[in-house]
Amino acid sequence: MAFLEIKNVQKGYGTSGSFTPVLRDINLEIEKGEFVALVGYSGAGKTTLISLIAGLIKPDAGTLTLNSSPISGPGPDRGIVFQNYSLLPWLTVYENIFLAVDEVFTDWPAVQKREHVEKYIAMVNLTPAREKYPAELSGGMRQRVSLARALAMEPQVLLLDEPLSALDALTRAVLQDEISRIWQEHQKTVVLITNDVDEGILLADSIIPFSAGPESTLGPRIDVDLPRPRERKAVNHDFQFKRIRREVIDYLLKANAKVHSTVTRKLVLPEIEPEDLSVPRRFSQNRTGPIRANEIKKLEVKG
Amino acid sequence: MKQFKFDWLVLPLLGFLAVVIVWQISSSSWAKELPSPGKTWAASKSYILEPFAKRGEMDQGILRFTWYSLKLVAKGYLLALVIGTPIGFLLGLSNTFTKTFDPIIQVLRPVSPLAWLPLGLVLFLGAGKQASELGALFTIAICAMWPTVLNTAVGVRAIPQDYLNVAKVLKLSRTKTLFKVLIPSALPYMFTGFRLSLGIAWLVIVAAEMLTGRPGVGGFLWQEYNSLIYEHIILCIVTIGFVGFALDRLMSVAERKFKTI
Repeated sequence: MAFLEIKNVQKGYGTSGSFTPVLRDINLEIEKGEFVALVGYSGAGKTTLISLIAGLIKPDAGTLTLNSSPISGPGPDRGIVFQNYSLLPWLTVYENIFLAVDEVFTDWPAVQKREHVEKYIAMVNLTPAREKYPAELSGGMRQRVSLARALAMEPQVLLLDEPLSALDALTRAVLQDEISRIWQEHQKTVVLITNDVDEGILLADSIIPFSAGPESTLGPRIDVDLPRPRERKAVNHDFQFKRIRREVIDYLLKANAKVHSTVTRKLVLPEIEPEDLSVPRRFSQNRTGPIRANEIKKLEVKG
Repeated sequence: MKQFKFDWLVLPLLGFLAVVIVWQISSSSWAKELPSPGKTWAASKSYILEPFAKRGEMDQGILRFTWYSLKLVAKGYLLALVIGTPIGFLLGLSNTFTKTFDPIIQVLRPVSPLAWLPLGLVLFLGAGKQASELGALFTIAICAMWPTVLNTAVGVRAIPQDYLNVAKVLKLSRTKTLFKVLIPSALPYMFTGFRLSLGIAWLVIVAAEMLTGRPGVGGFLWQEYNSLIYEHIILCIVTIGFVGFALDRLMSVAERKFKTI
């Protein structure tokens, strides 16, 4: 049995009257220590899937199991990094992480907790900013805090929900390298959700594309068998890299094209009659708008 | 208009001056009974210059009266906060609670302090000498409570889902969620409520003192009206205005101090 197992999961939103299916037939097996990237269009239900794994929402059908025990609610065994950081703005960097550590390792003595927090702040290179509030930090730094908070809980699975998509390209590259480094040091099981195929290839062991929504499902698993550490520069010229990228993008485009070709609704054009511009002005007494052609009366004058 | 040096001081002073001029003209033309600014000053001088003097139960320096009023307001206001904040939290957190109690709150909210006070006095009839104080406290608390209740409820409802998700993922205990997530997040709204509540509490005190005849700014005002010393009515009005203004400023300073977001 795989470490994290998702079986026939189905999820939709709304009541029976206005029910919108989001995910169907989701089957996923992730081994311990594996780094999996789920890539898909926005609206494909990526965040829904990660919320399911996190236990924030419940599936309509199917089961999720982690380490052979079913996922029934949120818990500190699954650390999650949200796209919008989700730091508490009234707590400093240190306090934000301490809140998590304090809750997970309740029986530790105070000194050990403090050292633990310090260790993870150092891991994401934020020691100089430890007494700062989130509002005083840049987006990249906030996401580091969020990452440190998730890691400090020492979760069995790290869930990254588009962690870098709100950042600028340069910061994103720096953080990608950092995530890569931290993963290699810890060998945590990671599920990364992203819309950036390159990011997936750079970081993950395998990539699973989403078919386009609504009612999307997971595509075939595409293994990334590039050696680590992967050099961002080298990877750009690498044949394997290009092949994987083409494979993923091909799948995504095909999935999307399928959805668009099934649109059957006829496009109805609005009924607009062209105005007759040659009608002289004097016909248009007492009105501000133009006259329509069928409003003009033709009179024959017998002379 | 162009800005100039000290305009923040000069322009408000000009505004005050304009009102004093209107007052002067009024007192010498259509409102003969209205004491002129000069007469008011002459009659109030001793109350202002010896603000803490105590010559008799109802004849004391103006700040001494203010102090009595403030003490009563503080008690009633604290009572309002202690009762109002938890009710606000319950309203914000529970839909059932809202459905059950929102209508009654909406009905009680617009009731004037003048209507509550007699009820307050009746409620505490058995308390003997304390009756007037307890009645006044009851009135202040029940009138000043509503802004706190409603703003807290709005603040709790406005807590971003992200923060609640954090609490869920970390599996924070109920008390920790309350103190680390819910209260800090709702605090700006709560403070708006606290500030409005304080304003109302100060409004109510005057009415309460007038009706109960307790020593204080409002009680003094009513007594001097009955003794036909109209100058002191104006003195009281000015004092009440300034104290209210000062309280509001104090609250806004506190609000900034406790700003969390």
